[in-house]
Amino acid sequence: MNAIVETGTAGFLARYAAARDALPGDSTLRAAAADAFRTLGLPGASRGRRSEAWKYTTLQPLGGMSFRSATVSRVSAMTELLADAAARLVFQDGKFREDLSTSVPGFARFADQPDFGELSWPDRDPMVALNTMLAEDGAILTVPEGHDAGMVFLIHDGTDASSAHPRHMIRLAQGARLTVMEMSVGQGCYLYNPVTEIHVADGAVLTHVRLQTDTTEAFHLATIYAAVAAGGTYDSFTLNIGGRITRAEIHTALDGPGAIAHLNGAQLLTGSQHADFTSVVRHAAPKGTSRQTIKNVLAGSSRGVFQGRIEVARGAQGTDGYQMNRALLLSPDAEIDTKPELEIFADDVKCSHGATVGELDAEQLFYLRSRGIPDREARSILVRAFLAEALDPVTNDIARGLLEAAVARWWEGQAA
Amino acid sequence: MLEIHGLTAAIGDKPILKGIDLSVPAGEIHAIMGPNGSGKSTLGYVLAGREDYVVTGGTVTFESHDMLSMAPEARAAAGLFLAFQAPVELPGVNNANFIRTALNAVRRAHGETELDAVQFLRLARAELKRLAMPDDMLKRNVNVGFSGGEKKRNEVLQMALLRPRFAVLDETDSGLDIDALKIVADGVNALRGPAFSALVITHHQRLLDHLVPNRVHVLAGGRIVRSGGPELARELEKNGYGAMLAEAA
Repeated sequence: MNAIVETGTAGFLARYAAARDALPGDSTLRAAAADAFRTLGLPGASRGRRSEAWKYTTLQPLGGMSFRSATVSRVSAMTELLADAAARLVFQDGKFREDLSTSVPGFARFADQPDFGELSWPDRDPMVALNTMLAEDGAILTVPEGHDAGMVFLIHDGTDASSAHPRHMIRLAQGARLTVMEMSVGQGCYLYNPVTEIHVADGAVLTHVRLQTDTTEAFHLATIYAAVAAGGTYDSFTLNIGGRITRAEIHTALDGPGAIAHLNGAQLLTGSQHADFTSVVRHAAPKGTSRQTIKNVLAGSSRGVFQGRIEVARGAQGTDGYQMNRALLLSPDAEIDTKPELEIFADDVKCSHGATVGELDAEQLFYLRSRGIPDREARSILVRAFLAEALDPVTNDIARGLLEAAVARWWEGQAA
Repeated sequence: MLEIHGLTAAIGDKPILKGIDLSVPAGEIHAIMGPNGSGKSTLGYVLAGREDYVVTGGTVTFESHDMLSMAPEARAAAGLFLAFQAPVELPGVNNANFIRTALNAVRRAHGETELDAVQFLRLARAELKRLAMPDDMLKRNVNVGFSGGEKKRNEVLQMALLRPRFAVLDETDSGLDIDALKIVADGVNALRGPAFSALVITHHQRLLDHLVPNRVHVLAGGRIVRSGGPELARELEKNGYGAMLAEAA
C-alpha cells in the first residue's frame, strides 16, 4: 500500500510521481496532464481564481484529504446489485474486478489496451487532467456495425479512503445499439473521478443511464465526452442521489446532420449534499436535436446546481434545442443555482430554455389529503409526479425499475 | 349527523364565515344557495380542513367526531367527501392510481384489507359504466386536460368509489349540460339512504329538480339568512336573491 501523507493536489502529484513508470499508455500525455493539473489545481482548493465552469462548485474539502490508490479486495456495498446485472463489468477503486464481472463481448481493459481517445481536454478540465494523470484501468467497449449489444452494467464500488480514476471508452459503429447502466456505490469517504469518452457513429444509439448512490461522504466527479455522428443518438439520464459533492459534467457534440442528444437527469439531495449537473451541447451540424430536462428535489440545506450551455455553430441550420431545469425545494434552507447559456451562430434555429423553482403545491396537497391520503404519502405522490417528466424518457424497463426503486428508497429515508 | 354551531372563519385577516348554525340529520340532503362571495365555498373548504382557512370560532361535530381538530385525511377517513368546485390538476399522477391510493388509505383507516390493482379496476369499471363515463378516464393523469364537465364527473366517480357518509358538493353542477347534470344527481342519489347525508352548494334550481333536498338554506354575508323546504329554491329562482336579502335585512 502506498503511504501518501501529502494532501490535495500535492498528494495526487506525489502519487503520480511514485506510480508513473507502471501506468499504462501514453506517458507523454500523462506528463502533460500532470503539468496541467499542477497549474489548474483542484477547483476552489488551490490559490488563484476558480474558473467560470466551476462557478458554483468548490472542491475545497478535497484539498485537505489524502487518499490511497490501493485496492483492498473485498465485496462490499454492491453485492446485492450484482444479482440484477446479467452482463456486468465491475470495478473497485478504479480497477477491474474480473471475479465479480461476467464475460461481455467487445470488452477490453484499459490496463491492457489503454485508449485516452481524442475528445477530452486534460489541459482545461482539472478533474480530467487528474484522471489522465492517474488512470490505471477502465472499460473499453466496442460494438460493431449494425449489432445490438443489449444492456451492460458498469458498476463501480469505492472503498474508504480510496481515490479512483477509471478511464472508459465506448465506441458504437454505424447502426449499432447499446444500453449502459452505470451505477456507483461505496463505503466511507472516497473520491470517484471517472472520465468516459463516447463515440456514436451514423445511426447508432447509445442509451446511457447513470445511477449515483455513493455514500454521503464521497466525492463523485464524473466527466463525459460524447460525439454523435449523422442520425445517431446519445440518450443519457443521470440520477444523483448520493455523494457529499457530486458533479456530472457532460460534453456532447452533435457532429453529423440529424444527430440527437438527450441529457436528462434528476438530483435528490438532503442534508448538506451538493450536486452539480453541468452540460455543454454543441450543435456542429444541421438539423440536430437536443433535449435536456433536469429535475431537482432538494431537502435539508442541500444545494443543486445546473449549468447548461447550448452552442449552435455557424451552418448548424434547423437546430432544435430545449433545456429545462426545475427545482422543488422541500426546505427553506435548500438552494438551487441555474445558469443556462445559449451561444447561437446560425439563423434558422429553435432553441429554448427555462427554469422553475417552487415548493410543493398546497392546493394539490390538500386535494390528495381531502381524499383520505395521509400527508406523507400525499407528498410522496407529488414528489414522484414532479420527477415523472424527467424519468419518462427512460424506456428501458430494467433501468427504469432501478431508478424508481432508488427514488423510493430515498424518499423512505427522509424524515417525515 | 353533521352539527355546525357558531362557525366563524377567515382567510388571512378577512372574516368570511360570520356565525354558521346548521344541522344536517342522517339521511337528509340540504342545499346551500346564495350570491357569489357569500361564503359557500369557504364553508365547504372549512369542513374538509383546508389549512389556509382559519377557523376563528364555533364547532363542527360529525357523528361523534370533533371535526375541526382533525387533519383533512382523518376527516375523509371518517366519511367526509368534498367535491371541489375547481378540481385540482395533478400532472404525472395517474387517475386510477390516485383513486386506488385514496380508497386504500380510507380502507386502511377502517382496518379493511387493501384492494390490489385488479380488484380496484373491476370496481372502478363497474362504477364508470353505471355513471355512463368512458373507461379512459382512469388512464389519464388526474384532471389534466379534462374539460370542465369531465373534471366534475371525475369528482362524482371518486365519490362513488369512496362511498362517503357525508358529501359536500361545491357547485358540482356549474357549467354542466343537462346530461352531465343527471350524472351528478345520479351519483348522489345512488348513495342516498338512511346513513348518507349531503350538503349541496348550488346556484341553480336545475340540480335540485333531480336531487330533491330536504332543506334549502340561503347563505349571505357569511350567515344563513333563511332556511326552508324545497319550495325556497323555486322562489329564489323566480325572484332572485335581491328581494329576499332586502327582506332579511
